[in-house]
Amino acid sequence: MASDSANQSSAPTRRSFLAGLLAAGSAAVGVLLAVPLVRFTIHPLLSRTTEKSWSEIGKVDEFQNLDAPVKKLVTIEQRDGWRRTVLEKPVYVAKDSNGELIVLSAVCPHLGCTIPWVDKEKRFICPCHLGTFTPDGKLISGPPPRNMDRLETRVEDGTLKTLYQFFRQLTPNKEELA
Amino acid sequence: MQQAPKSGFRAWLDRRTGLDSLLHHALDEPIPGGAKIAYVFGSGLLFLFLSQIITGVFLAMYYVPSADHAHTTVAYITKEVTGGAFLRSIHAYGSSAIIIVLLLHMIQTFFYGSYKGHRELVWLAGCILLTLMLGMAFTGYLLPWDQKAYFATTVGTNILSEVPLAGTAIKRLLRGGTEMGTLTLSRFFVLHVFLIPAFIFAFVATHVYAFRRAGAAGPPNEDPVNPKLPAETFYPKQLVMDMGFAMLIIVALGVVAHLYPTELGPKADPADTQFLPRPEWYYIPVFQYLKYWHGSTSVLGILIIPGILGLLLVGLPFFDRSLERRPWKRPVSIGIFTGVLLGLGALGFISHREDTRNPGVAAQLKIQHEDTQQFMSAKFEPELSGGSLAAQNQALANPAATQGKALFEAQGCNACHGDGGVGTAVAPKLVGVGNKYDAGKIQSLLEHPTAKMTAGGMPTVSLQGDEMKQLIAYLESLK
Repeated sequence: MASDSANQSSAPTRRSFLAGLLAAGSAAVGVLLAVPLVRFTIHPLLSRTTEKSWSEIGKVDEFQNLDAPVKKLVTIEQRDGWRRTVLEKPVYVAKDSNGELIVLSAVCPHLGCTIPWVDKEKRFICPCHLGTFTPDGKLISGPPPRNMDRLETRVEDGTLKTLYQFFRQLTPNKEELA
Repeated sequence: MQQAPKSGFRAWLDRRTGLDSLLHHALDEPIPGGAKIAYVFGSGLLFLFLSQIITGVFLAMYYVPSADHAHTTVAYITKEVTGGAFLRSIHAYGSSAIIIVLLLHMIQTFFYGSYKGHRELVWLAGCILLTLMLGMAFTGYLLPWDQKAYFATTVGTNILSEVPLAGTAIKRLLRGGTEMGTLTLSRFFVLHVFLIPAFIFAFVATHVYAFRRAGAAGPPNEDPVNPKLPAETFYPKQLVMDMGFAMLIIVALGVVAHLYPTELGPKADPADTQFLPRPEWYYIPVFQYLKYWHGSTSVLGILIIPGILGLLLVGLPFFDRSLERRPWKRPVSIGIFTGVLLGLGALGFISHREDTRNPGVAAQLKIQHEDTQQFMSAKFEPELSGGSLAAQNQALANPAATQGKALFEAQGCNACHGDGGVGTAVAPKLVGVGNKYDAGKIQSLLEHPTAKMTAGGMPTVSLQGDEMKQLIAYLESLK
């Protein structure tokens, strides 16, 4: 112990230098180990949990001679992590002024009621607040802020498909909901 | 470390918390005879336990402890979540690592005679921790709810019913009923995640406190009560060794988890009568040992012999009061300890040899291995939520499927596979079968069921042309 007197002043510095080194090393290793944990945690933010999927409506041929909009049920699938939900939603297949096939969402852009086609009046009439629309979905009267929402369509092997989406209500422009 | 700084933030923090004296107490613990690699196992265990807590908490972010969802959520973790297979592997292999390091820790303590000299409580708390860790391994094994988890736990809980008088009651209490089910899973989850960890915290604290109070024992030639060898403080040399060992553990775990990610088998199917459960490797010797005891001798084998060995182990510091620590001067205790260890090793070896030599067993184990491989290579299939359309409604969209549905019912398929192919206790669900196999494969399976299907009671389906197509169309529509 006698010879230690010379080391007395330098020993604590050497010891604290080592302590600093160990602490820094442990912190670096800790950060490295945290990387997989962070990636694991943010997985749902990086992957698209709700994939957009095209739903089949029916053969194009059966809609060629439409004289009024026809209601069809489309099946849509939603992903929620490890679950999936299959829903059926009503849409209308109609023709626009050029005679092209269009698909309209049956959800009223006012407050979200389901709009029926009233054949007697040749109009869409929403039962909730009497918003009325033309056969191709243009707003005629009532509180809805915009036309009925058109859904994206495409034809594959003679089958009409649509990309079912939900839109924000009460806004004058069609805004897609995530 | 010896001198507290006089001013500044550190001084203020020390006045408020006593951090410096705490650090001093922790780091300047004297080790008679100096730092040694042999002393790293205790802190290695603490490190592994910490790793299990952290990975466990993160796994719980996606896991659902219910018989309906457990398997799906573990499959989701394994197949979909970024780094999920890796994290789950670290957790699963971590339990094996704990058992290995625990054995090393125990062997070191035993051969060094470090339990001697006022260290009864250290030893007792250690024995309790060993039991608790085995409990963690047992309860954690069930949670993925795959075939091996289900059947291994069925066997494990059945063994409990061998306990005289209270056996059946204990088994029912643990299972939450007479049979294994979703309540069993909930109970095991609570034990694994809340109860046992709480006891582990308490006994780790007791273990460490009692150890620090008695002091480090030092090498075998040291007096365990009044150490005479020159001491070295824990910091820096022993700390660096401990940290090096922790690094070694994490690197080894990381490499194994990366190269051989732990697998998940097909979902538990209680109706499977063929499945041969095999426990984790550290339970294999016990599993083999239990095979030798039947009927009237079982009380001796299952209760009395393990009871005596357990009592010998737990009571060791009370029976063995001499302060002699050198192993060659303690032939009896060292002999028994080594004998038991070698015996366990031999049992493990015999079990492995029996499994490979018995052609029937080897074939079944091979089938189970292939089933697991097949499940692992299949894409993750999300679970259909309860609010979804019934499968039947969807089938109506396709006229062929509608006729197929009638055939499905006329042929009595629904008697075993359930209406809409949702599955029952006796036959698996058919929902999603179209994602797994194409029409050709489904047809060949219907016409030529596999041995496993036949064994499960699946008959050969012989329908001609159109009807077969309609049935397949219906099966494919089940989503």
